[in-house]
Amino acid sequence: MNAPGASPNQLTAAQAHAAETGETLFADSKKLGMACFLCSESAFFITLLVAYALYLGKDTVGPTPAEALSMPLVIVNTVMLLSSSGTIMLAMKHYRDGRYGQFRVFLAITILLGAAFVIGTAFEWKDLIEAKHLTISRNLFGTTFYTLVGFHAAHVTIGLILMSILLGIQTAGHLSKESPAAELISWYWHFVDGVWVVVFTLVYLIGR
Amino acid sequence: MQADTYTVAPARRPLTSVMHEWVTTVDHKQLGIMYIIASCGFLVLGGMEALLMRLQLWAPEMDLVSPDTFNQLFTMHGTTMIFFVVMPVEAGMANYFVPLMIGARDMAFPRLNAFGFWMFLFGGFLLYFSYFGAMGLYGAGSAPDIGWYAYAPLTSPAFSRGNSTDYWLLGTMLSGVGSVSFAVNMIATIITMRAPGMRLSTMPLFGWMILVTSGLILFAFPPFTAAEIMMLFDRHLGAHFFDTQAGGDGLLWQHLFWFFGHPEVYILALPAFGIISEVIPVFSRKVIFGYATMVMATVGIGFISMGVWAHHMFTVGMSDTIDLLFSGATFLVAVPTGIKMFNWTATLYGGRLRMTVPMLFALGFLALFLIGGLTGIMLAVVPMDWQLSDSYFLIAHFHFVAFGGILFGIMAGYYYWYPKAVGRMMNRKLGLWHFWLQFIGFNLTFVPMHFSGVLGMPRRVYTFEAGYGMEIWNQLSTIGAVVTGISLAIFVVNLIYSYFRGREAGDDPWNAWTLEWATTSPPPAYNFEEIPTVKSRRPLWDLKHPDDPDWKHE
Repeated sequence: MNAPGASPNQLTAAQAHAAETGETLFADSKKLGMACFLCSESAFFITLLVAYALYLGKDTVGPTPAEALSMPLVIVNTVMLLSSSGTIMLAMKHYRDGRYGQFRVFLAITILLGAAFVIGTAFEWKDLIEAKHLTISRNLFGTTFYTLVGFHAAHVTIGLILMSILLGIQTAGHLSKESPAAELISWYWHFVDGVWVVVFTLVYLIGR
Repeated sequence: MQADTYTVAPARRPLTSVMHEWVTTVDHKQLGIMYIIASCGFLVLGGMEALLMRLQLWAPEMDLVSPDTFNQLFTMHGTTMIFFVVMPVEAGMANYFVPLMIGARDMAFPRLNAFGFWMFLFGGFLLYFSYFGAMGLYGAGSAPDIGWYAYAPLTSPAFSRGNSTDYWLLGTMLSGVGSVSFAVNMIATIITMRAPGMRLSTMPLFGWMILVTSGLILFAFPPFTAAEIMMLFDRHLGAHFFDTQAGGDGLLWQHLFWFFGHPEVYILALPAFGIISEVIPVFSRKVIFGYATMVMATVGIGFISMGVWAHHMFTVGMSDTIDLLFSGATFLVAVPTGIKMFNWTATLYGGRLRMTVPMLFALGFLALFLIGGLTGIMLAVVPMDWQLSDSYFLIAHFHFVAFGGILFGIMAGYYYWYPKAVGRMMNRKLGLWHFWLQFIGFNLTFVPMHFSGVLGMPRRVYTFEAGYGMEIWNQLSTIGAVVTGISLAIFVVNLIYSYFRGREAGDDPWNAWTLEWATTSPPPAYNFEEIPTVKSRRPLWDLKHPDDPDWKHE
């Protein structure tokens, strides 16, 4: 961040220091900051997951998860989201090697896969609300389900916005080669995918 | 070194330009000062609320304030003091002094730093706006009246109509977002931006305490945010998280709240420990005793404090096994805290003590925090807690920790660092009046509460009946509260008076050893002309004593 106060000397000091002490793991403050932020995010999601697990089977009225949740759509969704982790990995590989054209292609594929996941979730919710009559106020399952899956979907959406901005800036040529932005966004995306693995396991495999 | 706008120019510029600079600043020192000034404002509000409660409890069956108002007063007092006084004043001191102490020119993310401050400030405004805006469509309630831990079902739409609870939820949630961004920033700064040669093992202890505090914030605040979102969903979307009738459980809120609430105690306490760990060595003229054990104890507290939350819930009726586990864990946390007490005492032992005002506050901290810690151990005994929980004994206990401990530590920080931030010393005479009145007033307020609590006086009740032997204890407490109020007024006067009339401080008025004293008072915007190189835990000692530097002995 090149805000006022962060003079070039600062970087030199940090780098000199890193060289001197051999502390290279987190010589970049931005990467460390992102790692810390993701730690706090995981604490947030663990809380929602605990609430979901705690209230499984405590409903006083239906529908229950077994009655409401259908697998085919969510499996397609999951495959798309997980493969988007692969495509962003490839994108980053090209980015590091300086092949920016391929980077943009794979980043765009990642955005499309993520967008497909969000649209898939929208169709799932439409079915749940209209056909299964499951809303957030219907029962405890609806309460915990929409909160957990909804916050995950919100994070996916934020990821999509970030990646679109990244794509735009990179295409316009405003992204410097030293900027860790692409890598940090890819970390965020992997995190969001990882959360989905846990959510899928709890909601659709264990809890159904 | 003086030739920059930050240190010399402001007096001549028009007010709008000065205001614009402060509102748009990303400088860690200016943000630190804004945190501290804002916390002073909230301290006045929180103090008034406390004073009103004490006046209401002067005699049995008084009706100075109504029961409803009393509920609002204790809710606002607790919320204000924790989220909007102690958190920001410590965030402010950390903001100002951690970069200076580790020899950096600013924080890692200056703009994120400003974002955190404004989140905190507007969170506070939102909370207090409830007095004006919370009437809502229902016309019920003005300030939140749910207690600072907002147990369900008091917060459910049925029992809390109007919007006061929503203001409470949103205000604390916003300030929590600010706290998390503060923590991310602090960790990144401390890990990556220390001056050349300063290893983690030679970093000032204040830096260590802030590092561990930040770690606790990262893991304690998000669950609280999640719980608050659940509460908002319950209140506005008809969700059932804490709705017993639909299978939900109010106990979940208690667990989630205290999973945040207990680490929060250490989030508040550790920075104060850090201040004490800086002040005591300087005014004992000795290096800190047991630096390594101090660091280990801090990290130990960090871990253990995440696993003791249910000791706030012994009276809820959990199983004996859970009670036993959390009671044991609570005893365990006394061990690293005890190590710290011994380290501070051992630092004093054999030192050449200089009884300056910051040192007096540090000694006051040691005495009062010890008592608060010991009553904490009493309350960790489950049967004892069943008897004393939610009585004035509990109030006395946590005020000995939060006021006698933490606030005395913060005051030590004020008097210690004021000369660096302002360039002038705080007045010693006013400081002595402040210290002794606060010390006497504090004890007069909270020692009697142990007795009224043991006699059975419950907390959060707007009055008490005559004839149960409570009158004298309550009257002593109220007199003490007034004395404490006077002492804090003297403190504010001292802050303002010394700003204009204080003695010039110079760069290093205390003959101290850490890097913040190596630059001018106040420091220039870039802090250090040349980034210092560090070889020991007392870099400034090394500079002053090239014949006998510390790094030869460490």
